[in-house]
Amino acid sequence: MVKLKNNSILIKHFVLLLTFLLFSCGKQNYYTTKIEGSKIGITEKITSDPKIDAYLKPYREHIDQDLKTVLAYCPETLDKSKGEFQTAIGCFLADITLNKSNAVFQKRENKTIDFCILNHGGIRSILPKGDVTARTAYEIMPFENSAIVVELKGEQVLELCQYFIREKKPHPLSGIQLTIDKTNTPKNITIQSVPLDLNKTYYVVTSDYLSNGGDNMDFFKKGIKKYDIEYKLRNILIDYFKDVDTIQVNNSIRVTKEQ
Amino acid sequence: MKRRDFLKGSMAIPALASIGGLSLSSFTTDDKNVKHITILHTNDVHSYIDPFPADHPKNPNMGGVSRRATLIDEIRKENPNVLLVDAGDIFQGTPYFNYYGGELEFKLMSMMKYDFATLGNHDFDNGIDGFYAQLPHATFEFVSANYDFKNTVLNGHVKPYKTKTIDGVKIGIFGLGVELDGLVDKKNYKETVYNDPIEVATDMARILKHQEKCDLVICLSHIGFKYKDEPNKPSDLLLAKKTKDIDLIIGGHTHTFLDKPIIEKNLDGKDVLVNQVGCYGLNLGRIDFYVTSDKKIASQGKSIIV
Repeated sequence: MVKLKNNSILIKHFVLLLTFLLFSCGKQNYYTTKIEGSKIGITEKITSDPKIDAYLKPYREHIDQDLKTVLAYCPETLDKSKGEFQTAIGCFLADITLNKSNAVFQKRENKTIDFCILNHGGIRSILPKGDVTARTAYEIMPFENSAIVVELKGEQVLELCQYFIREKKPHPLSGIQLTIDKTNTPKNITIQSVPLDLNKTYYVVTSDYLSNGGDNMDFFKKGIKKYDIEYKLRNILIDYFKDVDTIQVNNSIRVTKEQ
Repeated sequence: MKRRDFLKGSMAIPALASIGGLSLSSFTTDDKNVKHITILHTNDVHSYIDPFPADHPKNPNMGGVSRRATLIDEIRKENPNVLLVDAGDIFQGTPYFNYYGGELEFKLMSMMKYDFATLGNHDFDNGIDGFYAQLPHATFEFVSANYDFKNTVLNGHVKPYKTKTIDGVKIGIFGLGVELDGLVDKKNYKETVYNDPIEVATDMARILKHQEKCDLVICLSHIGFKYKDEPNKPSDLLLAKKTKDIDLIIGGHTHTFLDKPIIEKNLDGKDVLVNQVGCYGLNLGRIDFYVTSDKKIASQGKSIIV
């Protein structure tokens, strides 16, 4: 009898322990019964938060002080999403980068840059129609990237053209022209209107980011020599805006596709 | 000790009874045993703090942090059970970043009470040290599972995943980043190691669902929605199909404007939601999850209204 009593005490404890385990350790599981999804546009119908506005004010005013001066006028909106192999804004940026960099390169190195390639992804905003300020330049070229001149062998220039075709992106070009044939091979490559010579070397201006192989531009890693001309791409843009009253775009054909 | 254990146990019994009782009543979202979790999300805000000007040709009068803050506040009043997250590329795009290095972005996100974010490629734009320098301004946390930061300054500061329990519902959230080589300058990401997002996500989902026993598993991804020309490149759509136990993928990187979340089937044939709301703070994504602990209700299946 004594034995039995002991057993029942044991069982009681076991029950208590089990209860405890069940409710304290076992986390309640939740199962999804319904999901709703929506996209809410942040429009002018939503009032501003006064606390955030007050907080932002000094920061905004400080920047505006620097960047609000109107530098030039843009007659039409330039949008990088318009164009298969080249865009007006891309041509514009590559042209001014080639011109402005050449002024520095010629003075410093007594050499001339042959052509320019930039990257489509590096154009971060449209150039809107209307007054243009330094802020516009910050929005188009927010990166702190600077212009770098890379000396490339003709072979790497050919690789550059093959890369261009493979990527199917309108990477900005200036000073170079090519045709994409029906087999997606580059032909009729000309640099400053002269056919590509595989035995020559060329001076190519680009951004430091791309010169290090950014956007998979690996051909730049095979460059013979690099020259940092210490000129930020954004400052090239700002300096151009300061030079002109009205922005002029030369959207001449740089890439032709054979049909 | 035992006495306290006993009390805990006995107090839990009435709760069990009420759950049993509920399964007999009909299901409505007002039921006490149905929990409502609202996930709010942004991606690729790129330092767009002010609204676009009224004469902007593409996004006139759209966006702005201050309006987003109001909207989030209103939603929190309607349902306090909010998880607010960002899928990366917080930095770079307006002079605010060039002038203040991301300080303002982090401070404003903290004011809006963001919970988690993941790193996008542009969050490395001032170098990994530039990112690290701004971390004290963030009250929210960064998650990234496929970037190994062990040999960088971020070691220990960015976790692979975090969990957060909201109204009793345990949510697991992990981050994924895009391949850095060829996209970000090595001098900026330094010794960060990129690992395959889909392999890492497979592990993360298993840990969060089966070890951490999360009720909802969310992936904050900056790998991109899909790549038309490179169908095998890791993307959110591939991730959704090639993994299991993930409920929601919140994406970024490709600046994809989805009108509503996409529903994909995972490895188990179960639904995964994939969403992305463009860029520049033009939109706020909202996903509402209604969950129940009642297996009888749950067995009736779920409805997805998008």
